[in-house]
Amino acid sequence: MAQAVREAGDAMWINMGPQHPMTHGLWNLRVRVDGETVVDAQPEIGYLHRGVEKISEVREFQKVIVLTDRLCYVSSVTWSHAYCIAVEELMGIYGKIPPRAHYLRVISNELQRVASHLMWLAAYAPDLGLLTGLLWSLRERELFLDLLQALSGQRMNQNYPRVGGVRNDMPATFPRDCERVVKHFYKKLEEYESLFERNKTFLMRTQGVGVLSKEDAMAWGVTGPTLRACGVDYDVRKLDPYDAYADLGFQPATEHDGDSYARYLVRIQEMRNSCELVLRALKKIPDGPFRIKPPRRAEGAAFRRTEDSRGEALFYICGDGGDRPYRVKIRSPIFCVMSAVPLIMRGNKLADVISIMGSLDVCVGEMDK
Amino acid sequence: MGVEEDVRRELEAKFPGVLKAARILRPRLVQVRIDRKDLVPLCEHLKASGFEHLTCISAVDWVTRFESVYHVTSWSRNCMVEIDAEIPHDDPRIASVYGVWPGADYHEREAWDLMGIVYEGHPNLERILLPRDFKYHPLRKDFPQEVDRQYVSRRKLGGG
Repeated sequence: MAQAVREAGDAMWINMGPQHPMTHGLWNLRVRVDGETVVDAQPEIGYLHRGVEKISEVREFQKVIVLTDRLCYVSSVTWSHAYCIAVEELMGIYGKIPPRAHYLRVISNELQRVASHLMWLAAYAPDLGLLTGLLWSLRERELFLDLLQALSGQRMNQNYPRVGGVRNDMPATFPRDCERVVKHFYKKLEEYESLFERNKTFLMRTQGVGVLSKEDAMAWGVTGPTLRACGVDYDVRKLDPYDAYADLGFQPATEHDGDSYARYLVRIQEMRNSCELVLRALKKIPDGPFRIKPPRRAEGAAFRRTEDSRGEALFYICGDGGDRPYRVKIRSPIFCVMSAVPLIMRGNKLADVISIMGSLDVCVGEMDK
Repeated sequence: MGVEEDVRRELEAKFPGVLKAARILRPRLVQVRIDRKDLVPLCEHLKASGFEHLTCISAVDWVTRFESVYHVTSWSRNCMVEIDAEIPHDDPRIASVYGVWPGADYHEREAWDLMGIVYEGHPNLERILLPRDFKYHPLRKDFPQEVDRQYVSRRKLGGG
């Protein structure tokens, strides 16, 4: 049987997906193997294409937030936020957003980032056979989802950012709850580190595996933790600060090896940074209104980019003077990372494909739009 | 004077008569408007002058014309350039920038798939999100949506 699918040169194509535990969604990775070594790879995506960009064109500006929430189901707030500030730029009201709204956006974005990274860890650990990692990180993720629920009323698909600010103010007990959760989470992070970094199997399966060089990453448009693991300190929050990030000050986490382990280290460090940012923002948050009334109509074209949990997110929005967007273009970071997957895969062993794909944090919802 | 003013002057000096417009939209962002034939020389110049990251390619159908919009970032100079390349509506072709930034690969395939713009010189211009045998380019404005049905409220349907 195996003989039948073999091609010349003793190399053959294997489909990993569309139904495969590695995919964490619905897509197909075709890998060409020569013995145990991957010589080429070919991602096939689009299984989850819902036409978000087209549906947005018949909805009013505020109503699109429902769709952007569902772009990535583990990072809803950051995607809706990216859409909102792009629309504000288009309407010319970004400069009028009240400062309290900027701070509330930072807080909700960073809480969402931690929740998203924890979901990544919860998916990555069982990929490598570490079921403890799954249970532990889902346990702590629930605390952050509770915080987001206290803020917005929803555990997932929060529908919290608005064009012109955020939907509602934070509850009175929110700063206290945040401090408690973060304090607890710092202790748990140390436990994670002892669980993962002192685990011989984890190190063997991640160190030196799936190396992406700095030059390739930059040429192929890779962003986010995957790029920062290659030693490039590119973070939109730092380089092109939006909302209150310029006042808060922070240093992006970077590593140098570019392998799966470096990507893990960057994400762990980012969770720490995000918690710090939340506490700092809660200390500095000014009083005042949290939303302004935006205009209904917009004309022209504008874009805004943000640092999503997985990399650089960009919304390019055109308006023709009506109350609905004329064109919405979504730049999904993982869509671009996916184009670099063949480079990362070549030369690795077939068994490591799962470890490498897990470390990239693929979210099919935002990739296929 | 910030970096955006430097970049704008540099481009105006290097490409006289090519830029139909060169504006500074906000700090660290320059927007230029060009015809499709001038795309690749401009991109090669930008790449050589430190713009190492192609953030995004967006295709827009303005009914009278298509536009292919490139957002290019320089990390070392901390600046962005937006290139609006105009394409006639009856001949949707433009040169690929795959040779300048390989990251253009998926963006151009997506624009071909959903908007039907041919990126000439792309090594593998196939549909990416839609099935291979799909016959339309759905983001074009002549591809209609059932708008009415989405906006019928429950009361109008008589369901209470």
